[in-house]
Amino acid sequence: MALLETIGLTAFYGDFQALYGVDIALDAGETIAIIGANGAGKTTLMRSIAGALANEAGMIRFEGKSIGNLPAPLIVERGIAMVPEGRKLFPSLSVEENLLMGAYRRKGKGEWTLDTVYELFPVLRERRRQASTSLSGGQQQMVAIGRALMSNPRLLLCDEISLGLAPVVIRDIYAAFPKIRQGGASVVVVEQDIGQALKVASRVYCLMEGRVTLTGTPQELSRDAIRDAYFGAAA
Amino acid sequence: MIWLDTIVQGVLLGGLYALFAAGLSLVFGIMRLVNLAHGDLIVLAAFLILVLVTALGLNPFLAALVALPIMFVVGWLLQFFVFNRTLGDDILPPLLVTFGLSIVIQNGLLETFSADSRRIGTGALANQSVSLGGVHVGLMPLLTFLSAIAVIVALNQLFYRTALGRAFRATSDDAVTAGLMGVEPKRLFATATGIAMIVVTIAALYLGTRANFDPSIGPARLIYAFEAVIIGGLGSFWGTLFGGMIIGVAQTFGAAFNPAWQILAGHIAFLLVLLVRPRGLFPRAVD
Repeated sequence: MALLETIGLTAFYGDFQALYGVDIALDAGETIAIIGANGAGKTTLMRSIAGALANEAGMIRFEGKSIGNLPAPLIVERGIAMVPEGRKLFPSLSVEENLLMGAYRRKGKGEWTLDTVYELFPVLRERRRQASTSLSGGQQQMVAIGRALMSNPRLLLCDEISLGLAPVVIRDIYAAFPKIRQGGASVVVVEQDIGQALKVASRVYCLMEGRVTLTGTPQELSRDAIRDAYFGAAA
Repeated sequence: MIWLDTIVQGVLLGGLYALFAAGLSLVFGIMRLVNLAHGDLIVLAAFLILVLVTALGLNPFLAALVALPIMFVVGWLLQFFVFNRTLGDDILPPLLVTFGLSIVIQNGLLETFSADSRRIGTGALANQSVSLGGVHVGLMPLLTFLSAIAVIVALNQLFYRTALGRAFRATSDDAVTAGLMGVEPKRLFATATGIAMIVVTIAALYLGTRANFDPSIGPARLIYAFEAVIIGGLGSFWGTLFGGMIIGVAQTFGAAFNPAWQILAGHIAFLLVLLVRPRGLFPRAVD
């Protein structure tokens, strides 16, 4: 049974339709990547899964249960955590307080605690008392990922975590992914950086204008096929 | 010595104004809600304490203790079922709704208790005083001031040392992202207003025991509270206490000069501070 499935997922902002029947599936332990150009619907897909956008109940299933209509706080409780696009740290809170916010709904023990997050990103331990706004972009992204992990998710949604960061910083952040998977979380990464997405994921979905235009393993997909799915058929 | 005495009495009076203001500051800081019924809720709580004192024969302090959980529930329900519906990008709905609530409370109290002015008796306590370095201060004003400090310390601890306070600050920053962490903003806001009503009840105890009150005096208390919050700087609890003290001292000096000047002197002090430091003396956030 798939850990996460979307079945004919549609999503709207008012009258504007952003997703037209998206089907994706993810097995436990897997990492998948969603790629696509700006406005393809990647972030809408993430927001729908995380409960920030309401959908029909049956359109999203997690561990076999319909969750499409649940609000964000109940989705977190079920074990889905999101690293939002643009990091969205809380500026009035210190680094450590930001991390602790991730554990707001947490019940019981799990792999991720302040200590294990600081082991994953040692630089955060030195800066735990600082305001989150005083950190560099890469460090802020580490806080955002650590904050999501603090809920001990079974599914981690990462929305554009490489956006605006230097390649060397992106490499450092993705270096944490094997440990995150060892911690028991399956991962969905949304990326505009196709090279990075192909490296980290076992399967890739390409979105264009709210529809899945291509799917497969990184080995199966040719550069040309991805380009066509990304920008539309060869112009 | 009259100078020192005037300052001390003003500072103690400032404690009362800080109690009026702390709940307002809390609610505004978390959800940017300006509650125009805040003063009337203080008066409502004072009548609740009065009823508990007269009907059950309770000591006023015990009556206030009984009123605390009642007012918490009133605040929780009010926020959850009424104020939450008004929150959004537009600042007008919460102003209109709380303004309406202010009128409803005033008239409801008028219907129930008439326009007679009342007072919560504290027996012998009302006339007792202690000597502080040559200045005699009333025991009740001193208790008021100490309670204000205790409330400010407690609110600061709550805000900066507990998971609830962390959630308050995070939600104030960004309610949508706080939702992704599992915070339910509507319930959190209800809890915040409930806590504000606890502070309101403490303020009501000292309002009702200090002087006469009647259903119409809420709006003036709201003005003092507003002035204290704004002088102190939005979002700073210690600033609110300091703001209350400035208004208190200005009022007692005004009154010492000429009793007709008491209220006006407080307002003038407020305007002067606003002129020199438009963002207040200790602003917390830049927004």
